[in-house]
Amino acid sequence: MASTGDLEPTHYPARRAATVALHYLNTHHGSPFRVFGLQQVHKASAEDVAAGGRKYKLDFSVTDWASGSEGPALRCSADVLFPQTERHSGPEVQLRCEALQQINRTAQEEHAFYQRYISPDSAVSARDIPDSYGNVSEEMQPFWRLARVAASFIMLRESSERTEFNMAQVASVAQQGSSEEQLMLEFVVLLHDFPSQEIIQWKLLASWSPDRGVRVLQTEWQPRCPHATKPPN
Amino acid sequence: MLPGSASLDKKPTMKGSIMWVLLVLALVVQDRLAGGLEHKSYDYTKYHTMDEISAWMNQIERENPDVVSSMIYGQTYENRNISLLKIGLNSTTTKKAVWMDCGIHAREWIAPAFCQYFVKEILGSYEKDSKVNALLKNLDFYITPVLNMDGYIYSWIDDTTRLWRKSRSPGTGNCTCFGTDLNRNFYANWGMVGISRDCCSEIYNGPSPLSESEAKAVTDFLGMHQNQLLCYLTIHSYGQLILVPYGHPNISAPNYDELMEVGLAAAKAIKSVHGKSYKVGSSPDVLYANSGSSRDFARLIGIPYSFTFELRDEGQHGFLLPEDQIQPTCEEAYQGAMSIINYVHDKNFKSAAITVTATLWTTLTALWISSTNVI
Repeated sequence: MASTGDLEPTHYPARRAATVALHYLNTHHGSPFRVFGLQQVHKASAEDVAAGGRKYKLDFSVTDWASGSEGPALRCSADVLFPQTERHSGPEVQLRCEALQQINRTAQEEHAFYQRYISPDSAVSARDIPDSYGNVSEEMQPFWRLARVAASFIMLRESSERTEFNMAQVASVAQQGSSEEQLMLEFVVLLHDFPSQEIIQWKLLASWSPDRGVRVLQTEWQPRCPHATKPPN
Repeated sequence: MLPGSASLDKKPTMKGSIMWVLLVLALVVQDRLAGGLEHKSYDYTKYHTMDEISAWMNQIERENPDVVSSMIYGQTYENRNISLLKIGLNSTTTKKAVWMDCGIHAREWIAPAFCQYFVKEILGSYEKDSKVNALLKNLDFYITPVLNMDGYIYSWIDDTTRLWRKSRSPGTGNCTCFGTDLNRNFYANWGMVGISRDCCSEIYNGPSPLSESEAKAVTDFLGMHQNQLLCYLTIHSYGQLILVPYGHPNISAPNYDELMEVGLAAAKAIKSVHGKSYKVGSSPDVLYANSGSSRDFARLIGIPYSFTFELRDEGQHGFLLPEDQIQPTCEEAYQGAMSIINYVHDKNFKSAAITVTATLWTTLTALWISSTNVI
C-alpha cells in the first residue's frame, strides 16, 4: 500500500517525511529568533529496510519564518527512517542543510532577549498565542517561536507515516525560576495532526539559552475532554 | 403623432436630456438616503460573528434586489435557518448554476471570510466587467457563507472553543462527546475510509449517513438542482490545496484528467496574485484518504466540476490565520475560483461571445433607426 521508489514531491508521503525532517531541524537549530518552515519538497524516494521500517530520502527547501516572506530558502537533504516496532518509537533523522552557518545573524537579538528575561524577578506568563484572530504581540513572538521549537521535540518523537503535525496554538506560557543560567519555561501547546484532525494537548518544561539552545526537560500529554483516558498513540 | 405611439419619431431635445439627468440624480439620491443612515462600510478584512454575517446577508439582499435573493434550505441541529444567497441576472435562456459553501468546519474562519469577499467582488464588478456580467447572465451562484452555523457560533464562545470542528449535535448511545464531522457525513462511500467510529473523534462520521441536518440540507438542495449545477466549490482551511474527487484511493472520477487540468490552471492563477503555491490533486494523493465528503457527493450525483479549496496557510498559523492575511488570501482564492468558474462557463456557453456581439448590433441598429425617424 505504501509507495516505494520515487515519490511524487507534492503528495503527502513525501511531505510527511519532510515535515519530520523539519521538526528535527528545528530541535537542533530553532531559537526564539529562528523557526524553519517547509517551503517545498524537490525530490523524494522511499524503500523498505531490512529491520522492517521504511526509509525516506528527501531533497527539500526550508525558509526561516522569522525572516518573513523575504527570507532566503535553504536547501536540505535528509534520510528519515520510520522504524517498525511493537510500541511506537520515534523516527530517526539524518539531515544536512546548506548555509546553516548564517546562525550569527540572530545572535544579537538572542542575547538581548536572554538578558531581558534571565533576571530573577522576570515572570512572564501569557495565554492563547496566537489569539482567536491570529494575533501575536511583538513581545510574545520569541516565546511563540520557543514554544514551536520545544513542541518540535514532541512532534518529532510522536511522528509516524500516518501523522502530520503542526503546532496550532500556544495555550499558555509560564516562566519558571531560572536554573543553571537557563530560561525555564513551562508551555502548554496544542498540536494539530492532519490525518486525524485532532488537537492534541501537551504540557512541557523547556530550557533555553543562546549557548545551549532549546532543551525539553519534561513532557506530559494532557487530556482535552474530561473523559479521555489515554494518548492517541 | 398618435397618442400612445412609440417614441421612435421623437427627436431628442435639450429639455428631454435634462429631465433624464434630473430623474437619474433623484433616483441615486433616494437610494443613498434609504440605505445611507444605517449604511456602514462592511469590513471584509476582519472575522465576523454569525450575527454580523446574517445582518450582512440581509443588507446585501436589500441593496441588490435585482441580482440577489436569499433562500432558506434547511436547519442546523440547534434549529437555526441555513440560508444562502442566490446571485444572478434575470435571463430568458435556461440558466446553469454554481454552488459555493464555506464553513463546513467551524474553526476554519478564513473560509466564511472568503465567501463574503467573493459575493462582494462579483456584485461590485458585474456592471462594469463584461465577463462577470456574462457569468451572472448565464449562471446562478448559490453561496452559503456559513454552513455549520452551530459550530461556528460555538467556536466564537471563548479560547477553549476556538478550535472546534464538527457539528454540535449530541452523541448518541453511550457517547458523551458532541458533534459529527459534517464532511464525513455525506452519502458518498460513507464510512469506508478516513473516518473514525469513535464519536469523540474529530473525523467521526456520525451514527449514519446524513444523520446531520446540515448535511441533509445540502444534499436535498443539490439533489433538487442537480441538472442545473455545473460546479461545486467547498471552501476550507488550511493547507493551500485544491482537491479533486474522490477521497477513496481506489476510485477515480471519469473526468479526473480534466479536473486536474482545471485545478492546475486555478493554482497557477492563485500563484500569480501573491506567489503562494497551492498543490493540486485528489485527497488520497495530496492530503489523506477520506469518505463521506460533500465534494464527493456532489461529483457522484453528476456535478462535473467539484473541488475543495484549502486556503492559507501551510501550518505557521494554521486555523488561526491573522486578519491581515484575510485580504491577500481572498484575492488569490478569488482568482483561483474564477479560473474554474470561467472555464466551466465558457465550456457550456460557447456562443456567449457571439450573443453579446449580436445584442450589441441589434441595439445599435435600433438606436440608429430611432434617431433618423425611419418609421
